[in-house]
Amino acid sequence: MTAADRPADVEAAVADAHRREWGFVLAATVRVAGSVDLAEECVQDAYGAALDTWRRQGVPRSPGAWLTTTARRRALDVLRREQTLRRKLPLLAEPGVTAGADEAMVDREDEVITDERLRLVFTCCHPALAREAQVALTLRLLCGLTTAEIAAAFLVPEPTMAARVTRAKKKIAAAHIPYRVPGSTELPDRLDAVLTVLHLVFTTGHAAPGGADLVRADLVARALDLGRVLHALMSDEPEVRGLLALMLLTDSRRDTRVDASGRLVLLADQDRDRWDRAQVLEGLALVRDLHHSRVGRFGLQAAIAAEHAVAPSYPETRWGRVVALYDALLREWPSPVVELNRAVALAEVAGPEAALAEVDRLAADGRLAGYRYLPATRADLLRRLGRSAEAATAYDEALALTDNEAERAFLTSRRDEARRI
Amino acid sequence: MSEYLILIYGDEQAYAAADDAFAQQLMEAHNRFSEQVAEQGAKMVGGNALQNTGTATSVRGVVVTDGPFAETKEALGGYYLIEANDLDHALAIAKLCPAPFGGVEVRPILDFPEG
Repeated sequence: MTAADRPADVEAAVADAHRREWGFVLAATVRVAGSVDLAEECVQDAYGAALDTWRRQGVPRSPGAWLTTTARRRALDVLRREQTLRRKLPLLAEPGVTAGADEAMVDREDEVITDERLRLVFTCCHPALAREAQVALTLRLLCGLTTAEIAAAFLVPEPTMAARVTRAKKKIAAAHIPYRVPGSTELPDRLDAVLTVLHLVFTTGHAAPGGADLVRADLVARALDLGRVLHALMSDEPEVRGLLALMLLTDSRRDTRVDASGRLVLLADQDRDRWDRAQVLEGLALVRDLHHSRVGRFGLQAAIAAEHAVAPSYPETRWGRVVALYDALLREWPSPVVELNRAVALAEVAGPEAALAEVDRLAADGRLAGYRYLPATRADLLRRLGRSAEAATAYDEALALTDNEAERAFLTSRRDEARRI
Repeated sequence: MSEYLILIYGDEQAYAAADDAFAQQLMEAHNRFSEQVAEQGAKMVGGNALQNTGTATSVRGVVVTDGPFAETKEALGGYYLIEANDLDHALAIAKLCPAPFGGVEVRPILDFPEG
């Protein structure tokens, strides 16, 4: 018995395979099972069988391949047993491939299993599904998160999340949402939806809307994992590269975003020496490669993040370039959130007065009503202009909009400071 | 292949206000749509235009009432039943369907298992 066969090690190996390989195994099993539900069941069973078999026979050299083969066999068994029923089940539509027919690809021990995760992610992020369902399905099917974990991350009651997932899976089957990577004409729009979902998972982890911690590291890690998978499978797509770079550069600052007592530290005050060098370098290399292609909204955001990453300090940031990049981003992606971020950069170029005028214009048009960073930004600009009473009121408005404790502690102390003046 | 119903919704008042030339154009657009369905490799199973909701009668249980089931600004004005490969195929076709005063809804047909 080798060291890897000890029960604790086998459990660790299964847990590791769950985290790394779930999406890979599931995506490959859907091909055979023809339905997401059956595939999920079979993959779940395969992980259960792994615990048992690996204890007796040792952890296989390629756990992902072992799990895939096991899950696919199980799917075929079910389909064979229920052959009459199978004809009546709504199967996932995939042109040219009859679900359950391709036994050859299951029964060979040494086969190379194709990575089907791209198909799966495009099915999960199909525009016929609501955005929140796209996010839930992606986390569940590609990352193996449980419904309870997804519900907790998005502050939704578990039954609500369960209903959302069930409804989405039903629609995939009933409406025959295809299991394939879209063709070149559809690809830009469809890819944008995938990247948006991924970015949403990342930002939800990066600045959690509630709870004790500012960062939900699990969600950030999942988004980064998926970003890497997408980049490996679609390395020619500049926006895939851009999003991965953006996530890496943003996450490189994670350890400096809160102090030892868990309080928020703004970009201006962060200890830049403690930014994660490896992530910064990886992100910068990706951004450098972007210069040869047409840069989209994720690439531009990555370029902005790169400006911060290379700046020796906050005041020494090339703010003129940052504002110019925001202008380019606004042309690519007209969004009030981008305008708000541009105003923050503008304050460093043209002063807080000019920035406040921009923010007030944004506040007046109402599109950012309820967005916690609008009053927070206003408050900071007012504070810098010495308009303390107005700043305190704006801090109160921001406080009313966030349940994140790190953010609340920061805003409260700033408000109390403003009141004292 | 799966069947999908394409439901055409639109503002009835806008239809009513349109002139003859527009009606003629719309008719031609629908004729062209039928050809496009075949060109796209799908199959037109059937379809009809409906009289406006002013002619509708609703029945709930035994109670008969004048008017459509639900009052909406954009009313159901017609439908097509098509056969397509999958939802993407059906949606590509739905985008070609004339709906000048509204839009269309695509609904997969529920397949009842035999026996």
